[in-house]
Amino acid sequence: MLDDTAKPLVQVRDLQMHFPIYSGLLRRQTGAVKAVDGVTFDVIEGETLGLVGESGCGKSTCGRAILRLYDITGGTISINGTEIGAMSQGDLRPLRPAMQMVFQDPQASLNPRMTVEAIIREPLDEHTKLSTDEKEAKVGELMDAVGLNRRFAKRYPHAFSGGQRQRIGIARALALNPKFIVCDEPIAALDVSIQAQVVNLLEDLQEKFGLTYLFISHDLSMVRHIATRVAVMYLGKVVELAPREALYADPLHPYTKALLSAVPEPDPSLAQTRERIILQGDVPSPANPPTGCNFCTRCPAVMDVCSKIEPTYQEVQPGRFVACHHYETTGTADATAGQA
Amino acid sequence: MLTYTFRRLLISIPTLLFIAFVIFMLLELAPGDPMANMPLTIPPEVKEKMRLALGLGEPWFIRFPLWLKQFFIVEPQYWIDSAFGTNFAEGAQRIISFQSRSPVFDTIAQRLPQTLWVVGMSYVVGVIIALPIGIISAYRQYSVFDQAGTFISMIGFSVPPFFSGVLLIVIFSVQLGWLPSIYDTTLVVNDWASFKLQLMQMVMPVMVLALQTTAQVSRYMRASMLDNLGQDYVRTARAKGMKESVVVMRHVLRNSMIPVITVIALGIPSIFGGAIITEQIFKVNGLGQLLIIALQGSDIPMVMTLTFLFAILIVMFNLIADVLYGVFDPRIRYD
Repeated sequence: MLDDTAKPLVQVRDLQMHFPIYSGLLRRQTGAVKAVDGVTFDVIEGETLGLVGESGCGKSTCGRAILRLYDITGGTISINGTEIGAMSQGDLRPLRPAMQMVFQDPQASLNPRMTVEAIIREPLDEHTKLSTDEKEAKVGELMDAVGLNRRFAKRYPHAFSGGQRQRIGIARALALNPKFIVCDEPIAALDVSIQAQVVNLLEDLQEKFGLTYLFISHDLSMVRHIATRVAVMYLGKVVELAPREALYADPLHPYTKALLSAVPEPDPSLAQTRERIILQGDVPSPANPPTGCNFCTRCPAVMDVCSKIEPTYQEVQPGRFVACHHYETTGTADATAGQA
Repeated sequence: MLTYTFRRLLISIPTLLFIAFVIFMLLELAPGDPMANMPLTIPPEVKEKMRLALGLGEPWFIRFPLWLKQFFIVEPQYWIDSAFGTNFAEGAQRIISFQSRSPVFDTIAQRLPQTLWVVGMSYVVGVIIALPIGIISAYRQYSVFDQAGTFISMIGFSVPPFFSGVLLIVIFSVQLGWLPSIYDTTLVVNDWASFKLQLMQMVMPVMVLALQTTAQVSRYMRASMLDNLGQDYVRTARAKGMKESVVVMRHVLRNSMIPVITVIALGIPSIFGGAIITEQIFKVNGLGQLLIIALQGSDIPMVMTLTFLFAILIVMFNLIADVLYGVFDPRIRYD
């Protein structure tokens, strides 16, 4: 799957994003929400890396932190060979054209008082020296590229449907010919028929412009459709990262296994025979994660060591990374294997 | 938008007539006698004749339409006559003050400039101070600057002008002797020295009133900025790689101004209302002081006319604020 010519465009090493909690009379920092806590992965040029996990596991924070929309707590991020983890926001600005983001909520992420044209053109004003006519032509091209009628250029975002708004958001992200786009649940706010349109549009654009995506989603079937490789997050950490086919066919981490068993099976006869793993309890608070493995409170294959020592995230098969004591000892994600 | 404005203007006519009626009836029902300030030596029957001469002998359902006729027909006629030299009014009875026996509108015209200068200037100064305070307070929420701004607004909200005004007089006029404590209306500004004097006598009343405006407007500005700073489109703007100044000034500030403009527009009628207390303290003989004296003397035509003028201004600026909303926010279309 990973040939030697594939070079990583984005390298994330031990990324940490902690949000401080202030409390008490003097508003002293009493703790931190560890939204992203030590995430390491590469995004290879031209691929789509899917980032999945349940709500609140830190997917979106991770995506935003990689683009440095936050000032990160620790770790390094290198995009196209440039280390941006510790860069100031001012120094970062000239690099922003190369890395863009498509946001989750197409309604809220567009300025309600700017026309579509102004929204798409604004990055061009800021980062290019094109003439007014060239900018106008470029805005038209972008609207064509995402399948929006050029006649709508003077309208405001509220006049569009959700799917159209998301197209505006995509056109805006494409305006500066980025290399790397973080798609933060771009389809979560859309209904299913529109979801397919937008995902197909993203795929077409990837082919056309040679884009690299980090595709954040909780929709496992959609990720299976679009992603080349998939990373699974749980409580601020990546628990497993593998090529798509391998991950869906043979999950190595008990959490991935549980997650995949939750994907609905369209065939009723198959659905009845399927084993559904239901995790007990809630996700622990990221402000106070358990010691040892983060998943140890809910893991069906939990062992004594899990609540004491944090499992190392390592490459266990070529191109497959997992962080699990159970897999290390038994070589499988099957919960019953360890007990036998 | 034009249709909307026109429709609103039409609707405001019955509203204003109703307001006029309510004010009239309130004054009618209120205790008080225009003759109470007359010397006690005047015999009661003479007083009764004076009352009749003022038109108080007629019942309210005759006096109210008369006042309406004077306000809406006779007074505009006099105004046109004096402007163009015509003679529409033909000596018709104007609205006459019980106290001064001179036309109410002449007195108002004499008092208006002082109020506009002092109270209007304080409003402008207050808004100019308030906007940056609100913007910076929101952008640096919970910083020392924000805390200081909150403290100043709290003072502005909670310290009444009859305290802050007197305090300023004690400090700057009595103790330091820098500024005059009385506003001299007769001062004619024709050179630098008199301009300086005018500034000096304006400083204290303007600052006392500006503190109140600043407190209110800066809070609105801050709250509105905070609302917008947390919005997703601000993150989008940052992700586009826009300069921080562009993000704050173009994206956040422009969207935050919509409610603030409304608050500012709605506050403008209160300028014309004068600041009754502050004008009293600094002896600015503006509209506020006029109203107070008229109230004390049961000068019904004066009170009625002034109050109704304020009502017109409030209704008009409400309309202006609504129209501005439509102009600034593309999501709102009235037609």
